[in-house]
Amino acid sequence: MLARDLHPGAWWLWAIGLAAAATFTLNPVALLLIWAVAALVVMARRSEAPWALSFRLYVFLAIFIVVLRVVFRIVFGTAATDADVIVLHLPEIPLPEAARGIQLLGDVTLVALLSGFYDGLRLGAIVLCVGAANALANPKRLLKSVPPALYEVGTAVVVALTIFPQLAESVQRVNRARQLRGSPRRGVGVLRRVVVPVLEDALERSMTLAMGMDARGYGRSGRATARERLVTGVLMLVALFALCVGIYAYLDATAPRALAVGGLAVGLLTAAAGLWSAGRRVERTRYRPDRWRTAELVTAGAGIAVAIGVDRAYALDPFAVVPGLDGWPEVSPWVLAIIMVGALPAFVTPPPAVERGTQSPSPEEVVDA
Amino acid sequence: MLELRDVSFAYTGTDWTWQHVDLRLDEGELVLACGRTGSGKSTLLGLFNGLVPHFTGGTLAGDVLVDGRSILGLPPRELAHVVGFVPQDPLSGFVSDVVEDELAYGMEQLGLPAQTMRRRVEETLDLLGIADLRRRPLRALSGGQQQRVAIGAVLTMHPRVLVLDEPTSALDPTAAEDVLATVARLVDDLGLTVVIAEHRMERVIPFADRLVVVHDGSVSVGEPAAALVDSPVAPPIVELGRLAGWDPLPLSVREARRRRTDLLARLREPAPPQVRAGDAVLRARGVSVAYKSFAAVREVDLDVAAGEVVGLMGRNGSGKSSLLWALRGAQKRAAGTVEIGGDDPATMSAEDARARVGLVPQTAADLLYLETVAEECAAADDQAAVPSGTCRGLLDRLAPEIGDAQHPRDLSEGQRLALVLSVVLTSSPLLVVLDEPTRGLDYAGKAALTAILHDLAARGHGVVVASHDVEFVAEVADAVVVMAEGEVVSRGPAAEVLAESPSFAPQVSKVLGPPWLTVPQVREALR
Repeated sequence: MLARDLHPGAWWLWAIGLAAAATFTLNPVALLLIWAVAALVVMARRSEAPWALSFRLYVFLAIFIVVLRVVFRIVFGTAATDADVIVLHLPEIPLPEAARGIQLLGDVTLVALLSGFYDGLRLGAIVLCVGAANALANPKRLLKSVPPALYEVGTAVVVALTIFPQLAESVQRVNRARQLRGSPRRGVGVLRRVVVPVLEDALERSMTLAMGMDARGYGRSGRATARERLVTGVLMLVALFALCVGIYAYLDATAPRALAVGGLAVGLLTAAAGLWSAGRRVERTRYRPDRWRTAELVTAGAGIAVAIGVDRAYALDPFAVVPGLDGWPEVSPWVLAIIMVGALPAFVTPPPAVERGTQSPSPEEVVDA
Repeated sequence: MLELRDVSFAYTGTDWTWQHVDLRLDEGELVLACGRTGSGKSTLLGLFNGLVPHFTGGTLAGDVLVDGRSILGLPPRELAHVVGFVPQDPLSGFVSDVVEDELAYGMEQLGLPAQTMRRRVEETLDLLGIADLRRRPLRALSGGQQQRVAIGAVLTMHPRVLVLDEPTSALDPTAAEDVLATVARLVDDLGLTVVIAEHRMERVIPFADRLVVVHDGSVSVGEPAAALVDSPVAPPIVELGRLAGWDPLPLSVREARRRRTDLLARLREPAPPQVRAGDAVLRARGVSVAYKSFAAVREVDLDVAAGEVVGLMGRNGSGKSSLLWALRGAQKRAAGTVEIGGDDPATMSAEDARARVGLVPQTAADLLYLETVAEECAAADDQAAVPSGTCRGLLDRLAPEIGDAQHPRDLSEGQRLALVLSVVLTSSPLLVVLDEPTRGLDYAGKAALTAILHDLAARGHGVVVASHDVEFVAEVADAVVVMAEGEVVSRGPAAEVLAESPSFAPQVSKVLGPPWLTVPQVREALR
């Protein structure tokens, strides 16, 4: 396959699909598999670009979340009944009457530990999927793919996404400069020593980028009549309302299915119409737009398939997807096979356009940057 | 084309940056804006496309006209097709990653048809001589290439005016010349009006039709030769002309060279360069640095004696920074030995290493993290375990007018450098290493830095300075080492190495021939 960058939207759809699948399940094996799938695809298809470096930070964040969840379950214990398996006996710290209902330490039950662990894994998986999309999709090219009407909002989001990976680069540089000066003796000082220069740097960069974009015509206003604005506004409001109803109906099991499907469909359609109507006034064109080709469709499809698959699996066999907390979780080979579909992009997509290692920036630039 | 009518501007209240400015720029003119650091050059430039006050805030009085139309209140984006603005650091202003996309970005905003975009991208690639770079990632380009892409990115919108803020400040002499030659050709071929702000005026003056001098809250305009007579900032060649009493002042090396005979006759033999050979402070042998498979520094030997200032020169990316970090012991060496005062800083404790070698990195502000100058100084004293007040004392010597309560980020570029230098010098290292310290400094700032470094040398420190600025290196360095592709290609006394190289020769040496290097040297010999 010829090396090229995939449409950033494809990576994001894939990542959202995986993240959605993670929210549907509490099975630790399935969740760990989602972690592994995300990591595998990132390893296989990320470029040498600075945003790709940030994936490691997301991994640490995800692990931190898991640890934090478990620690919370230990610190804020729950009253154990006789039926519970107690893993750890800790002395309970008595709290004043005002804090009734909160228990500090005390007996740690297996159920509490496991539920904390599974919950952490799930949240970690979502974070990791976002990190994977961030490492794989070029945020600046994502900006180009936003529908014209959402352009301004898209940029705000993209700039926010851009800051985080650039932070990784700044941290490297400041950390290197840190040893040129003694490290402060006090604890807060160490944190400050890195955080202050890095944040100032990030802020300055974002301002420069914003200025550069504005000076080059970003966000030029088009001409829209009052009537056009009214039509767009009404369409958007209807879309918002319909989507709210649809989502509410989808989440509320007692609501009729027709309302959920109907609401979502009407919402999506009017939203699309509203975006189209708003986009007409924006006079922008695209230079060689990214096209959706087979690899993009497969990538996005893989993500969506995982989400739908895990959702269906829950309907068929809830215990394989959300296991009980009283023992070893049941593993269904079907669920695992479905999640493995998410790893497809690591093999069927073309490699990123700049081959790894051949275009490393010169060291002077590494120091400058 | 561009007109300012009685314009005044203040960032806060009535603290006017400059007042009552009348300025008219015509079509096909190349104008150089100059002035001391902080005089408001960049502010003036930002006015032309609405970045000031739209992005900076502040009070603007008077009227700004572009093509006869008032642009007051218009945001920069509505002017993008008329005024092309190229910011100081091109890399941080890039919105895409590949050269071609970057060139097309502005046109996309204008909503040009796809066919036109393809055509203009090709034309611009050829015009700037960057056609072979079209698919390259912007980050992998050299500084000069990045600057040319940044210029191309605004040219594709076919603006009538091009505004460049310090386009060559980060470039080595050859790359700077390339960029300026490109700009000059645009003026000739396309009839563009170009406004350039630049500290190193010597590079731009030969191309400039008129000069805008920003000084003490006022702005004056004139023919270069006339405007330079009393300008607060002037390139070495003008200083030389003032010294020799030439009228009108020479603006190019060629003009000056024709008149040099009478000056040369008045000069005594130059004093032989003082050889300050103390004990060896630094002894580096076979130093190599590698990033993965890429060798940034290859088997470099370097000696610095106490009291010696060594200038390190070379293209962007020739391995200067990597070598400096390796000398500090903070960059892993692939091979070789470094001895500073007899020991290797890489194997010492952090405190000991700081007492041996102090490095001021390119982004000096990375070292600062506290809220006031006083706190920074106190922290430096504390970390170096020296009596309190040591750092402040150093700072007072370098830059006397800095207040204790000032925030380090509010200081000017030069003052901040002085603060970082004081912090580094607090532990009184044997060797002081500076990476590209003249960025953003005007001539007076550079003269002050030169004095500081000479003072350090006189106190027995060894000094290594990496810089692109040939005039600065000519003034400050005793010996010069030139690097290319990670290797040392030439080394020797500054007079020999600089005067012999066509791209590193300072203006005075181009005019008078070797061994003359600097204006102070000539002034000394005139008496």
